Amino acid sequence: MVEVNDLSKSYGAVNAVRDLSFSVNRGELYGIIGPDGAGKTTLFRILTTLLLADRGTARIAGLDVVRDYRRIRQLIGYMPGKFSLYQDLTVEENLQFFASVFNTTIEENYYLVEDIYKQIEPFRNRLAGKLSGGMKQKLALSCALIHKPKVLFLDEPTTGVDPVSRKEFWGMLLKLKQQDITILVSTPYMDEAKLCDRIALMQGGRFLEVDTPQHIIDHYPETLWSVRAKEMHRLLGDLRSFPGTKTSFSFGETYHITLGKSSSPESLQRYLEERGHRNVSIQPISPSVEDCFMLLSK
Amino acid sequence: MLKYLLEKEFKQIFRNAFLLRMLIIMPLMTIVLFPYVTNQEVRNLKLSVVDHDHSVFSSRLIRKADASAYFQLVSVSSYAQALGEVESGDADIILEIPRDFERDMQRGEPGQVMLSANSVDGTRGALGSQYLSSIIADFGTELREEAGITASPQLRLSATYRFNPTLDYKIFMIPGLIVVLLTLLCCALTALNIVGEKEAGTIEQINVTPVPKSLFILGKLLPNWIIGLFALTFGMTFAWAIHGLVPAGSLLTILLFAGCYILAASGMGMVISNYSSTMQQAMFVMFFFLIILLLTSGLFTPIASMPGWMQACTVVNPLKYLAEVMRLVYLKGSGTGEMLPQLFALCAFAVVFNVWAVVSYRKSL
Repeated sequence: MVEVNDLSKSYGAVNAVRDLSFSVNRGELYGIIGPDGAGKTTLFRILTTLLLADRGTARIAGLDVVRDYRRIRQLIGYMPGKFSLYQDLTVEENLQFFASVFNTTIEENYYLVEDIYKQIEPFRNRLAGKLSGGMKQKLALSCALIHKPKVLFLDEPTTGVDPVSRKEFWGMLLKLKQQDITILVSTPYMDEAKLCDRIALMQGGRFLEVDTPQHIIDHYPETLWSVRAKEMHRLLGDLRSFPGTKTSFSFGETYHITLGKSSSPESLQRYLEERGHRNVSIQPISPSVEDCFMLLSK
Repeated sequence: MLKYLLEKEFKQIFRNAFLLRMLIIMPLMTIVLFPYVTNQEVRNLKLSVVDHDHSVFSSRLIRKADASAYFQLVSVSSYAQALGEVESGDADIILEIPRDFERDMQRGEPGQVMLSANSVDGTRGALGSQYLSSIIADFGTELREEAGITASPQLRLSATYRFNPTLDYKIFMIPGLIVVLLTLLCCALTALNIVGEKEAGTIEQINVTPVPKSLFILGKLLPNWIIGLFALTFGMTFAWAIHGLVPAGSLLTILLFAGCYILAASGMGMVISNYSSTMQQAMFVMFFFLIILLLTSGLFTPIASMPGWMQACTVVNPLKYLAEVMRLVYLKGSGTGEMLPQLFALCAFAVVFNVWAVVSYRKSL
């Protein structure tokens, strides 16, 4: 559904997207995971025909993003990271407007947005600017969907949204997938990654790895250890000074570390206890997507 | 599709209370108030008289000057004191009548008076001394006639001021101020409208829709054109209601030219907004151009008295053409046939600016 070949775009000396090639299958929920500044938005803007790439080609449903941009615009839905509907129009007027500029009506595709729109329908006469964050996001998704797009681009749709709404939102995406809509979603949240069919870990304009979340985790080459102790702050410094430590990252309330071949968790335990740490616990854990990202982006 | 774009624009306009208020307040300010302020007639000149003669003649001359509408008499005794008044701004012109003024005149010798004008404001100084000179010259003629001397052949001048018989400055300014009104309103509205969509990010959402850019521009242009025509109507209504000024020519002629002009002004606003990424930028750029265009439009100072190169530059000033047209129609009653060059110029501006707007509006930002 989406074919990208050697795509590059730079702003002056900054290479936002570097020789990127990937493809997204029809009906797939494809996640692009990466920190701020990884080039996610630039990539989306190229794919949504808003920006011209310096080099390379991109095709959506077989259409070239440069040559056939007109026809592509009929086929795609785009939800930019920043709320960009008319704040001085009401909820219903916004939806109506975006339906009509695509030569369709709300009624025609209502089934597609029903689940989402139902939740904001009680406020349909409220100005969009006066909605709460979660509701704005639902309206934006409704507007991006009202013309029944084949491919949906969602640029960081859950940034700045509370955890409950985030969960709801991903629930909606999984439902949309069943409607045969291909979805490309970018997010800085690693925990959302496991809900995608495939994820691409992006950094510095490149994809570090593309695979299903499970494969990415399975291919984690090392044993990951979770370390805790009483004095967590001092612990990090000592973990890093331990000669056998390969990587160490703070991860919520614990530290995730990998060890070199020559050392073992037992030797680390001794090392830490020699330095006066108490209640030291070192346990093997299965890695998460974030661990994979950390290892890859090292 | 245009229908929906327009529907959306008008909904936004009617919801914008500030904009609707401006639509009334701007014509009110420009047409009702400005004509009084932009008045360039020199009146109420403060005249300080230093009379050393204290004779019948000298007091007749003083009375004559005082009787004219131009001067306000501030009497003082010495020249030094009068100069002090000029310096403190309490006097504009000093008329000094020397001792023996009357005696000299009666002897048949030329009477001499001295006239000093404060020329910090050049127009005021020059016009004031000119007025006063003609009063003095008049006085001389009067005296000669009384004495029965008509030795020199006399030349009597009688001027008729066509199209503005009373040389009323307001009648001259109001048609021009209507141009100012249309320019400010249409240029600013359009410039801020598109930049506003850029700032709100809504333009991004429009850009991924299949709406062609020419249609999008047209959807912005038409509402502003209608607003411009409303402003024109308000302006002309105020001119009639407050100043009793109605065009001598046809309303349709005004409508035709103003219609073209509004398109040009809106197009100009749109070009500015296409090159700006924030409202602040658009505002600065717009003011920069508007001030230059206003000053070189012939509205406030005649183009004929500008240096040659500047006169050549005014060819590309759309304001100039509408200012000419409005004055011609309002005062002289000219018809479209006599103003074809202006019509072509305005149409050309409308086409150039709007094509430029469509071309420079990039959907791929």
